[in-house]
Order: sequence, then structure tokens, then C-alpha cells
Amino acid sequence: MNAPTGSRHLDAEPPKDQRQTLVSPADNDASAQLIEAIQEAIRDRKPLAIYGGNNKAFYGRRTDSTPISAAGHTGILSYDPTELVLTARAGTSLALIESVLAEHLQLIPFEPPNFGPTATLGGAIACGLSGPRRPYVGATRDFVLGVTVLTGRGQRLRFGGQVMKNVAGYDIARLMTGSLGTLGVLLDISVKVLPAPQTEITLALERDTETAIQTMNALAGRPLPLSAACAYGGILYIRLSGTPSAITTARETIGGTTVDGSSLWQGIREHTHPFFAGPRPLWRLSVPSATPVIDLPGALLIDWGGAQRWLRTDAKAPVIRKAVDRVGGHATFFRGHDGRDEVFHPLKTGLLRLHRRLKEAFDPQRILNPGRMYEEL
Amino acid sequence: MHQADTAAHQNAEHQRHDLVIALRTFLPENAILSEEEDLRPYECDGLSAYRQVPLVAVLPDTLEQVQQCLRVCREQRTPVVVRGAGTGLSGGALPLSDGVLLSLAKFNRILNIDPVARTARVQPGVRNLAISEAAVPFGLYYAPDPSSQIACTIGGNVAENSGGVHCLKYGLTVHNVLEVKMITSEGETLTLGGGALDAPGYDLLALITGSEGLLGVIVEVTVKLLPKPECAQVLLAAFHTVEAAGAAVAAIIANGIIPGGLEMMDNAAIRAAEDFVQAGYPTDAAAILLCEVDGNAAEVADQVAQVEAILAACGATQVRLSRSEAERARFWAGRKNAFPAVGRISPDYYCMDGTIPRRELARVLTRTAELSKSYGLAVANVFHAGDGNLHPLILYDANRPGELERTEELGGKILELCVEVGGTITGEHGVGIEKLNQMCVQFNADELNQFHAVKHAFDPDGLLNPGKAIPTLHRCAEFGAMHVHHGQLPHPELERF
Repeated sequence: MNAPTGSRHLDAEPPKDQRQTLVSPADNDASAQLIEAIQEAIRDRKPLAIYGGNNKAFYGRRTDSTPISAAGHTGILSYDPTELVLTARAGTSLALIESVLAEHLQLIPFEPPNFGPTATLGGAIACGLSGPRRPYVGATRDFVLGVTVLTGRGQRLRFGGQVMKNVAGYDIARLMTGSLGTLGVLLDISVKVLPAPQTEITLALERDTETAIQTMNALAGRPLPLSAACAYGGILYIRLSGTPSAITTARETIGGTTVDGSSLWQGIREHTHPFFAGPRPLWRLSVPSATPVIDLPGALLIDWGGAQRWLRTDAKAPVIRKAVDRVGGHATFFRGHDGRDEVFHPLKTGLLRLHRRLKEAFDPQRILNPGRMYEEL
Repeated sequence: MHQADTAAHQNAEHQRHDLVIALRTFLPENAILSEEEDLRPYECDGLSAYRQVPLVAVLPDTLEQVQQCLRVCREQRTPVVVRGAGTGLSGGALPLSDGVLLSLAKFNRILNIDPVARTARVQPGVRNLAISEAAVPFGLYYAPDPSSQIACTIGGNVAENSGGVHCLKYGLTVHNVLEVKMITSEGETLTLGGGALDAPGYDLLALITGSEGLLGVIVEVTVKLLPKPECAQVLLAAFHTVEAAGAAVAAIIANGIIPGGLEMMDNAAIRAAEDFVQAGYPTDAAAILLCEVDGNAAEVADQVAQVEAILAACGATQVRLSRSEAERARFWAGRKNAFPAVGRISPDYYCMDGTIPRRELARVLTRTAELSKSYGLAVANVFHAGDGNLHPLILYDANRPGELERTEELGGKILELCVEVGGTITGEHGVGIEKLNQMCVQFNADELNQFHAVKHAFDPDGLLNPGKAIPTLHRCAEFGAMHVHHGQLPHPELERF
């Protein structure tokens, strides 16, 4: 996640031909080196900055610790399409996993953003970000079934499992999801996967932003095969996924014109859409989906059926946080911060205390990504 | 010995007396139960093999009262067990002899249904089905549907991360809850999650879901409501072998179909259910599958045709399609009444709850049949086939000396088998008091210690539901299932038995 300059490279030589890697997945168990690195860090009380493909280094606060890469810990450990479960080592390339799934007409349901060519499964789970399908199918955490982690105590622990229903013990696999490596180093992860939809179309409807929010919410209250809804530049885009018969009926109900949506949704998922270009600070506002347009200056792109709003703005953090607080949401300073500011929405006192105690429970010496999420953690 | 008993009894009476005095300062008389006859109804939950009368039971009806109860218990170092409807199947709400039973039954109001945001904000004592009923006017419903949904409450559902027959497609409780308000054992009110789809910081909402009342007292829940599918139809397919039925399940999923419900029953369960509700099940089948597809009419018709073809190709000896809502209900009636149906043919039954990778089904059922034979106890199997959640029902007679113990031993063996094939000891019923020993099989000492550390972060004094869900290492050592790494016992300082 942090710049790997002068880092301890645990991975073998990077593959010269990416495509070849996709055909024969690298199978390399680097857990012994990772355990050793953690134990050394505990002994020397030297904090570590954990990264995978190093594509999401911008996400979160900066942590001035020794970089350590999990990118060399690779390989799909098991995948049985009829079980809908895939288990892979944390350093396994997301692109590789998606291509293996695609061979069996399946996909990672939460469309995790890669934000670069070398994104890993571990990075996706540690960051916990989800793509456009999220409001209708579920988030990263909804599909995480089990993890093996190295805690800040230097222990290798396994939580959850490879089955869809499992209530033995606290749900630490989901707690790890989105915890930005501050509670443990992910070693392997089991995720639930789903069949790819038979058909997918995108409809475009002219709507001003306020009306678009209302329409997205109204449609979500009806039994329609929605799989994404976004509003930008006076257009409401609706993606439908499912059987051809379901889509035909839904298209008649919703109206609008059919457009080629594949680059649009890919652009929103990967932030390659023109909206995300340029240096202007980018904020992520996570709000109740039916919230009317929030009065803040800047450019707006609404995703997740109204629940995730991207804002390009020069407005000051306190102004943004206050506005979002008022509607019961939270704001993340996504890109364009200096890594020293608070990136994530400040936690209330009681919650922060609990976060500190949980950090203490997993990483008492604060050697795992200290300060990456909140300064205190 | 007798003297010691008397002293303990007197001690308990003192404790009870002190508690009642303290509780009376903020609770009305009728909200405090301390007489044996009043406490008796609270002595067990759905796992009636375990019974214990609490020291005191309280029925507060305001948040302030709940907070005050926790304060008193903290001051008097008295453990607290929270109870919803008491339908849990793992003894999670089993009272403690020296503890307070905190019933949230009076928190039974639906606070708000928001049809635009598609959410319901409810108190923890609201029944699962009541939420869906209240959402009917808006064409919405609450998806998780545990079989006890008429009676079980949402607070308990969150505490147990309850499932149901539709969770393959629509998720478990953890996938359908947006916000939980809880009171910590230290008396602090915390809001986990929120009206947005995620919250800053760690995913505490996921952590509290399924935490079996050990981390906090859930006092309000906001759930997601989904639009009701336009229509649904059920296919009923019979098979000569369990393996063939299992292969059909895999084939349906391999063809990209995620049915709304996908259930299997073995011959013993089929016959019991047919005797009880006359659902029209073929009693000579080794296994039946119930496959429900939902969506709009055209989509359902397409998928029904697809599934019918798959079932035939997988060797189904008979395939029937529900032609009306009444028939759909009848097909489901057998499955939904499988537990009471088994209850009719045996004085007692014990319901297990393991999950396995589905490909291991034949192996697990074969081994279960062998175990059943060697223990001399019949087993009927119902199976949430889509997601691998197996419910073996062990038939026994509690009045026969030693039979419950043998049943528990057999049940334990079946759960250990689930772990052995890569599954888990509990899919949806929770660990409670029932599966503590099997937790020692599924997790090693370091993992259990990590669980205890999480508990300590939420509840430093160990006030909430102590002794449930996560076994002590001491207990695991006694059970003899402690994982030993590299020939070394963890924590050599502890005594072993």
C-alpha cells in the first residue's frame, strides 16, 4: 500500500508476461517469511506498512513504517464452481481470479475496484471497497466467508470457513474486511462467488439529479433485476442483470434508451471515468440512499442507487463532514489529501474507545499499519 | 456437604434480596420476578434439554431501565443473560443460577417503516414475521425467514445471525441488517452501522451479529426491506439415491441458477412429514428436493423449464410443479413442519446444525447412517441443500436413562465430522451452551483466546452471557480436544485433566 521503495520484497521475481500468469497461476506460499517478518517487527517494536499490489496506497492515512509486501503469497487454493466458493492466498491477482471465474461463467459479485493492474485479493478485502453492484447484490464483507490472518501477536489464526452459513465464534472474517490491515495480515481468504448474469443491459434516462435520486429509490422498491444505478451529467443510468425474460419486462417498465454500459460501469468501478480525472480532491459520501442532493460546492457523481456520492470539491473537510453528519452519513477524503489529515469520518467517543480496545486485542504493540485508518489505531 | 448446600442457598437468597431491592428503585414491582413459580417459564429456551432457573428475571420497558439493570448487575457483579422470544435452539438464553435474566419481550414496537429507503426500524422484541407483515402494504418484506419466524424476535435473530430457507439467494441476518443500537455492559449506548450502506471504522455490525448476547444488549435494529418477487413456483423432485439429489443441486447451481429456496429431505424425514401434513411427498423416495424459483412470470416460467430439464437429466424419478399458491404452500408445508413431524414419531428429538461443503454430502450422510446404527439411535435429515446447512434430527427418548447423553455424544460426532470435511459445527443455530465442546474441535487455543480478547474489548467484566458461545481453554482441555501444535500444549501453566 505504501511506496515499496527500499522495502522487503517477499515476492519472487515479478512475472514478465502478465498474460502467462493468468494461464498458469503462480502458487507460492510465502507465509513463513511473513510470519518471520511479523515476529521480527514485534521483537524490534518496528511497525510495518502492509501492501499487496500497491495500487491503493492513496487510500487512508500515511503510515511511516517499514513496508512489507504480501504480493508474493499467491495461488488459488480451491475453487469449486458448484460450491460457489473460492479460496486464494492474499497476494493472488484479482484479475487472475476474475479470469478463472469467468471461465466458469461466474464472478466476484461485489465488483471490487482494482485501481491498477497488480491489485490483489488481499488488498481488495483489506480495503473493503465495492463497485456499482453493491446496493443490489452486496458488499465485500457480505461475500467474505473466512480468512487466515497473522495478528499483531504473531499468531496465525483461522476464522470463518469455506461454507456459506457459519455462526461458530465471532465473525472475525468480516471484522477483518475493510480494516486496512490494522488488525491482521491476511494470508488467505474464502469468498462466495456467484454465477454471472445471463444478460446485462444499461438504460439511460434524462433526469436532473434530484429526480434521478427519487427514481433510483422508487425502482429499488419494485421487484426489478437492478444491478447498478448511477446519475451523472443529467442522465440516470440503470443496469439490469438477469435472465433475458426478466430484462425484457423490466426494460419496458423502466423505459429510456439502451446504451452500451460496459465502459461506463467499468469507469465508475475503476475511477477511469472522466469525472475522476484531474487533481481536484475527491470525497466519497456514504449516505442513506434517498437523501436529497446535499448542498455542497463541486461536481457530483451519484452511484449505488443514491447511497454513494462522489464529490470533486475544494470545500474544507469540516464543512463536508458536518453536511454529511446531518443526513446520517459519513465522508471519506478519498484522493487528494496529504495523508496526514483525517481521511475517514471521525468516530464518536464510545466507538473510538471500542476501536482502540479491539486494536489492542489483535495488535497490542501497534505494529500493523499504525495510523493508516485513524491516528489512534 | 449438606451444610455447604445450605450456606450456598443462603448466599443466593441474600444475593437475590439485594438485587431485588436495587432493581425496585427504578423498575415497577411487576417487572421483577423472583419467585420460583414466576421464574419457571424462563428456565430454558428452545433447547429444553438444559434448564436452569435464574436468580431474578426482569422485564424492563424503557432503555433507561435496561441501562439501570446493567448498572446494578455491574455493581453487584451479577451476570446477565438476555432473552428474546426464547426460541433459540442452542441454549444461548439459558439462565444462570446466580444471574439476572433480562427479557426484552416488552420492546415489541415497530418504530418506523420507510417505504422509500426500504427500511424498518424496530425494537428487539418485534417478531420476525411481524416486520414482513407490516411491510406488506408497500410490496416489501424482510427476507431472512427462520422456521420459527412466527415467534422468534429480531433481537434474537441478530444475536444468532439467523438464516432460513431463502438465505441462499437473499442472505442471512448479517446481510439484511443496517443498524444496531446496543448498550454495553458498561452502560454506554452505541450505534453500529447506520442509514448508509456502510459505516466508518471497523465492521462492528458484522461482529455483533451472531455474537450470541456476549458483546452487548441489542436495543434497536434497522433492517433492510426487499421488494416482494411477483411470483414464485416450487418444483418437487424425487430421487432413488441421496447422491443423485445432491448431484442435481450442484447441476442447478452450475447452470447459473440461484433458486429462492433449495431444500432436501431424506427418506426418514419425508415419511415423518408426509404422515404429519400430507404434503403429497413420495414416501418411497430416498430423497426429495424442493426448488423454488422466483421473479416475474416470464422469468419464473423460463427457470422452471430449465430446472425441470436439469432434474430429469440428473435422474429424478418424479418431478412435480406447484400450479397454485395453495399447492406451493402444501409442498413447503412438509419441509417447514419437518421438525414437529419428527417430534410425532419419537418421544424426543435433538436437532443438529452443521454446514458442509455440498460435495461432501454423500460421505457425511453415509457416515451419519453408520454412527446412527452404532449408537442405536435413528436419524432423519433435512438439509438446506443450496448452502450446505445440514439438520440431522436424532430421535431419542429422554425417559430412558442415559439416552440423552448418548444422543449428545452422537450429535457431537456428527458435528466433528462436519469440521473434518471442511465445514462448521453450526450454520445458523449458534453455539450457545450446546456446542461448546465442538468449538474446541473447530478452533485452536490461540483462536479461542482471540475470541476471548474480543469479548474483553466489549465487556471487560465478563458480565454478558458468560460461559456461552466460546469455551474456556480449561473446558477444552477437559473435553480432550485441544489442538496441540508442534507437540506443545498452549498455556502449559494451566491444569489439564
